[in-house]
Amino acid sequence: TSSRICERGADVAVCGGTHGNELSGVYLVRELLKAKDIVMEEEREEPASVLMVLANPRAMQQCRRYVDTDLNRCFTHATLNGPISDSAPYEMTRSRELNAMLGPKGSPGAVDLVCDLHNTTANMGLCLILSLACLFQRQMPDVPMRFIHFDVSSKESYSLDSVGKHGFAMEIGPQPHGVVRSNIYTAMKDGVQHMLDWVRLFNSGTIFEAGFVDVFTIVKNIDYPRDSETHNITATIHPQLQDRDFLLLHPDDALFQTFSGETLRYKGNEPLYPFFVNECAYYEKGIALSLARKNTVAYHNMAFKVHS
Amino acid sequence: MSSYSSSARFDEARRVAIFGGTHGNEMSGVTLVNLWVKNGSEIQRKMVDTKPFITNPRAVEKCTRYVDTDLNRAFTPENLSALGEGDLPYEVQRAQEINRIFGPKGSPEAYDVIFDLHNTTSNMGCTLILESSKDYFNLQMMNYIKKAIDPASCLVLLNEHPLLKYSTSRSVAKHPVGLEVGPQPQGVLRSNIFEAMRVILKHALDFIELFNEGVEFPTCTVEVFRVLERIDYPRDANGNIIAMVHPNLQDGDWEPLNPGDPMFLTFDGKTLHYQGSGTIYPTFINEAAYYEKQQAFVTTRRETLVASAIRKA
Repeated sequence: TSSRICERGADVAVCGGTHGNELSGVYLVRELLKAKDIVMEEEREEPASVLMVLANPRAMQQCRRYVDTDLNRCFTHATLNGPISDSAPYEMTRSRELNAMLGPKGSPGAVDLVCDLHNTTANMGLCLILSLACLFQRQMPDVPMRFIHFDVSSKESYSLDSVGKHGFAMEIGPQPHGVVRSNIYTAMKDGVQHMLDWVRLFNSGTIFEAGFVDVFTIVKNIDYPRDSETHNITATIHPQLQDRDFLLLHPDDALFQTFSGETLRYKGNEPLYPFFVNECAYYEKGIALSLARKNTVAYHNMAFKVHS
Repeated sequence: MSSYSSSARFDEARRVAIFGGTHGNEMSGVTLVNLWVKNGSEIQRKMVDTKPFITNPRAVEKCTRYVDTDLNRAFTPENLSALGEGDLPYEVQRAQEINRIFGPKGSPEAYDVIFDLHNTTSNMGCTLILESSKDYFNLQMMNYIKKAIDPASCLVLLNEHPLLKYSTSRSVAKHPVGLEVGPQPQGVLRSNIFEAMRVILKHALDFIELFNEGVEFPTCTVEVFRVLERIDYPRDANGNIIAMVHPNLQDGDWEPLNPGDPMFLTFDGKTLHYQGSGTIYPTFINEAAYYEKQQAFVTTRRETLVASAIRKA
């Protein structure tokens, strides 16, 4: 077992509105910013180690996912550092601003932890999505939570949370885009609070014991069957699969239902866990659902030590 | 036993339209109409010309509610007679085009029936929307549909309110029928919602076929929910909402809301209570598209309407 040692207290960025119509994060960050203003007015001592960011204000104003292009795909090294023209998509310009604010990605000055808030129309409950092996101990034993792991090297990572030294997306559903549901908002508020509490504990020297956690590692995506000419979908998620995120899908289980009522079945060889089942924003990305294997992962002791 | 003298006579309902995509991101109607444009056998009935039609193709293409302005509010007399053609907002141009094809609104040439297919993020189940309590043809159709799908439920929302009533695409027809099925997120197609809408339309077309064949439908009563008022979210000085629909009210469409019941929950956890004078039945609770229309939900009261017997003229 080894300890991770950091040189100073970890700083955190909490980002909402990366997709302008995923409203829990929009309203939560707005409220946190308001609360911060009140705190600063009352001149209390608060460490300025938590940054609150509304990532895509123009999309938020229009209550749309994005204006020109998906902001949460604009954080590859190539996009952040390549040449940029005056007519570049809004989100490309914005991603560079965010990189300057929270990064630069890959540099020692980057924020330690980026927490990016999202909603999904899929029935996923509360999920933390990680692209690096950054795990922190579950501090919410009373709230079911799942860890999803996307296996990309840091060169290929494209999301906002990849700008920090460590980062993850907090994804909560089901919630329609453009709607704020109180139960979902409260779950996200609690999730963010627990995360900040953990960081405070970490910064005050708490040692977190090593342990094990179940992680869903994405294996593949499946698209809807589509019409070869129009590319329109020709089937819906089957009623036996709809809302069954994280319930094992076995070979030959029902997958899609065509508009003429025929059942299409899962043809894979191994049982896998479906998630992002019927996420609105993924129709245009050609994803009806994602499939994952469940692994048990060991994580190390973690502690913060001050160098004297 | 029929009494010819007390039957209201209506012309044969020969020209029927089914509108999808009035809001481009309400996917059940878009999908059904596209299906039927390709192959309309499912919607054919004897002695009925049924025309499936995408009303807002540009919004459908972008999977957005509207491009310039809400098409389902655009069929006002001012808009329908406005000059300016290509300079007019896209949906106003569309409204004029639709009025040419399926109207003119208010004239004898107008289509007999238009079904306008919608989805909502609210937990409304299957809802039929009625624009006039005196439209006995529509009331009889809705009665027929409700009986046909029993024990599944299909409620009737009556919006006859002089201020809250709006100029819908379907209002071009002599008998406008709104179909609203939820809950479904915008941009998403759920199989259960899709099938429910399909079944309702099937029964509606069966009714029209029977009516055209000369069947007399005896007098009946229909329970409706009549729109009373629109309730907005509490907002701050900048117009931003400062509270959410309370968890007790969320998804509680059509359940009684009593004075004193929780209504909103502020972001910092305070409960706001319903201050009305009597029990109402809320609906359209937390519809995504209505945040910008200053509506968290509408209140309704239950009423029983009587429809006279009807038969083909």
